[in-house]
Amino acid sequence: MAAVKRIIDFMKLRHMFAAISLVATLISLGSLAVQGLQFGLDFTGGTLVEVQFAQDQNLDKVRGQLEQAGLESAVVQSYGTLRDIVVRVASTEQAKVGDQVMAALQSDGADVTLKRTEFVGSQVGGELRDQGGLGMLLALAGVMLYVAARFQFKFSFAAVLSLVHDVIIVLGVFSLFQIEFDLTVLAAVLAVIGYSLNDSIVVADRIRENFRKMRKAVPVEVVNTAMTDTLGRTTITSLTTWLVVWALFLFGGDMIHGFALALLIGIGVGTYSSVYVCASLLIYLKVSREDLLPPAKEELVDDRP
Amino acid sequence: MLNRYPLWKYLLILVVLAVASIYAAPNLYPDDYAVQISASRSGEVVDEATLKRAEAAIAAKNIGIKGAERAENDQSALIRMNSGEDQLIARDIVAQALGQDYVVALNLAPTTPVWLTSLGAGPMKLGLDLRGGVHFLMEVDMAEAVTQRLDVYQSEIKTKLREAKLRYSKVDHDQQSGKLQIDFRDADARDQAVTLLRKDYPEFVLETAEADGQPAIMINLSEKTTREIEDYAITQNLTTLRNRVNELGVAEPLVQRQGRNRIVVELPGVQDTAAAKRVLGATANLEFRLESRSDAAAGTTETFNFRSAPNRQATLERDIIITGNNVSSASSSFDETGRPQVNVNLDSAGGKMMNRITRNAVGRKMAVLFIEHKTRNVVSSENGQNVEKRVPYVEKSIISLATIQSALGNSFRITGLDSNGEASELALLLRAGSLAAPVYIVEERTVGPSLGQQNIERGVFSAEVGLALVVVFMLLYYRTFGLIANIALGLNIALLIAVMSIISSTLTLPGIAGIVLTMGMAVDANVLIFSRIKEELANKAPVQMAIHAGYERAFTTILDSNLTTLLVGLILFFMGTGPVKGFAVTLSIGIITSMFTAIMVTRALVNLLYGGRKLNQLPIWPLFFKGGA
Repeated sequence: MAAVKRIIDFMKLRHMFAAISLVATLISLGSLAVQGLQFGLDFTGGTLVEVQFAQDQNLDKVRGQLEQAGLESAVVQSYGTLRDIVVRVASTEQAKVGDQVMAALQSDGADVTLKRTEFVGSQVGGELRDQGGLGMLLALAGVMLYVAARFQFKFSFAAVLSLVHDVIIVLGVFSLFQIEFDLTVLAAVLAVIGYSLNDSIVVADRIRENFRKMRKAVPVEVVNTAMTDTLGRTTITSLTTWLVVWALFLFGGDMIHGFALALLIGIGVGTYSSVYVCASLLIYLKVSREDLLPPAKEELVDDRP
Repeated sequence: MLNRYPLWKYLLILVVLAVASIYAAPNLYPDDYAVQISASRSGEVVDEATLKRAEAAIAAKNIGIKGAERAENDQSALIRMNSGEDQLIARDIVAQALGQDYVVALNLAPTTPVWLTSLGAGPMKLGLDLRGGVHFLMEVDMAEAVTQRLDVYQSEIKTKLREAKLRYSKVDHDQQSGKLQIDFRDADARDQAVTLLRKDYPEFVLETAEADGQPAIMINLSEKTTREIEDYAITQNLTTLRNRVNELGVAEPLVQRQGRNRIVVELPGVQDTAAAKRVLGATANLEFRLESRSDAAAGTTETFNFRSAPNRQATLERDIIITGNNVSSASSSFDETGRPQVNVNLDSAGGKMMNRITRNAVGRKMAVLFIEHKTRNVVSSENGQNVEKRVPYVEKSIISLATIQSALGNSFRITGLDSNGEASELALLLRAGSLAAPVYIVEERTVGPSLGQQNIERGVFSAEVGLALVVVFMLLYYRTFGLIANIALGLNIALLIAVMSIISSTLTLPGIAGIVLTMGMAVDANVLIFSRIKEELANKAPVQMAIHAGYERAFTTILDSNLTTLLVGLILFFMGTGPVKGFAVTLSIGIITSMFTAIMVTRALVNLLYGGRKLNQLPIWPLFFKGGA
């Protein structure tokens, strides 16, 4: 095999993918604006009781029992089997609702095992929400500073914009399909920021290196070469990470289902965005060799009288 | 020479890995189900005889015991059982056999061999989501704590002004602004009052004002004082909660301050949250009573035991002077001669009552009764079956009996205590029983034991599947180099677990997810390096040069990408709570350890295998791929 490699013209499709990204982002933002996120208990406050009955249950009967106990607003759902039941009661400041639910479920002498209860006061919920949002902004700002210090402004702008793109799309999917968004999902979204950045940096690193190596090439060629060089690595890392996240998604149980889902989407989008958002943006921003040259060392000149 | 590590690097790697395997090893030994016995009062011990009695009681029911041991400080003992079922039965048997003087709790006892524990190694702690248990977040009502204190000041100020013969028209506590307002008839009295209060209460921020055409003083508490009141309220609630948690019989409870006004309570293994809440919310109380005269009619007296010496008794009047609700604070200190004493402050109503009664009782003794609401299990026979019930009862015991030396008021002190320890114990009990700033549960999470076990199984299974997938893929795609990366990956997990165990971090379900994610991402460094090596080989670089350049060139990229992920991990750690924190810990540690294993360890292996040899090709290409040259 010769040393000459075929360079894949990734950037040829950049306008098409830019349009796709734009549309996906707009749809996500639209959905976020119209229906918002289906916030979980962590953020809204409220009570959740998860139980397992010894026998299959009639959900209407369970609802009746709860109504009798004065819990009209309780939402009863079964998951998996009719023996596994989740009861949710909307936001209150009362920690005793969980016990009332348990008492109501046992009122006809049924054999019930408590699997999990959660109570979050609405104030705490609000705090968790604010803290989560703040964390996300901090993560983005920190990343921007780091990339700006290590690379150059255009790179950091492109990297952060591609992260914002990834976050919006992950949130958009959760909003569009009204999948519950709780603390663990938030953690996953932040992990996506880390992962996607990882990817963008590998790509940016290679672009920078190639600008130095390929002195005669135009930016599009440089970027294409960098993409081709890193294609193997990008595919394989995304694949191994995807594999383990699939394992989490399929076998990790429902407590980390949302978490794994956010990662699955995020890793996919993150991989795509490091090419078609981050790298494309660099081209749109007219990145050039001059952007990457170290600042001229003028001290040397000044030494001479 | 190219691709040779100096000996010290190999040794360093070996030492790190040896240390890591030692500290990760305790996690391989499964915990024993155990019953923990501890004395229900602090300071008392669980002796050998007690443990023997408990063992005998279990043995009498034909249940096997795996082992028993007492803690080094004699405060508790553990009986190891063969199964979870035995554990539950044994707990009840032991609780019944030992009675109320001991707290019997379920626990998981590590089975770390002695040679490992002697090195300070121990297993990771499991979070509540893996172990089962209750997590409460409680909020202390700080506004109420400050209000209570202002009420006390209000009555003190009145007394002060009266003593100084300064005429005021009223002292008001404005609940809305949280200020005290004193109105005067004339400005002269007001100015004198300002001087007086400035001297006696440096913690006040005083303002002179006109209110309703009268000269007035507005009193605000300084920021520092407000902080102190809040700290006091938190400390008081922490003390009370710790005492109550001890009563619940929880093996390793956590009661900890969080932030300015919150308290976290974690009770592993507790499932009956309703009972837990009842006990946590139960109020201990105090009663101040006079010792009865020897000629008092029997119907007007009651006899109580002393809390610290159950054999000592005293007979008290039935009439209560004040209750703990009137006690605003209590603290231990030393008197002028350096002997321990306890200072007690009462609110205005309490001060009045205390003064009225003690005025006419100088020379008599006053007792403080500590009242606890407890529950005990009672076995009764119903329809021929033994049924166990939890029955609430009230326990009253004397914590102090002291002679009244003069008429008492809003604040007084209890002297004649034997030791500093006794003084602080008394102050602690007075606080526990006194009016505390109210606490509310603002967050509660319970995980049943079955779900905890299920979470462990699922977490571990998905980690195993994830690991297997990555390992097989790497083997197929990179062959021998894949094997090297896999060895590094395995070591990375060992290292990660070792670090978690050393810093005794808590493993949670999201934490397991973090480990799984790390496994997927950790091979990234190797993928980067191997891709570079392949590129160099494809560019006809000599094999040794290719290896060298591959590691060299990939390094900055690996550093950059890992540092940014670490940055996000740290932000998650410092911003996050609960599940997010658990994830952030494993993710961050995993990134750091993977830098070591994926770069240093694989390089060492590659150098050992291929370094300095004349080679034409490397087994780095995918299986079924005939490429390279």
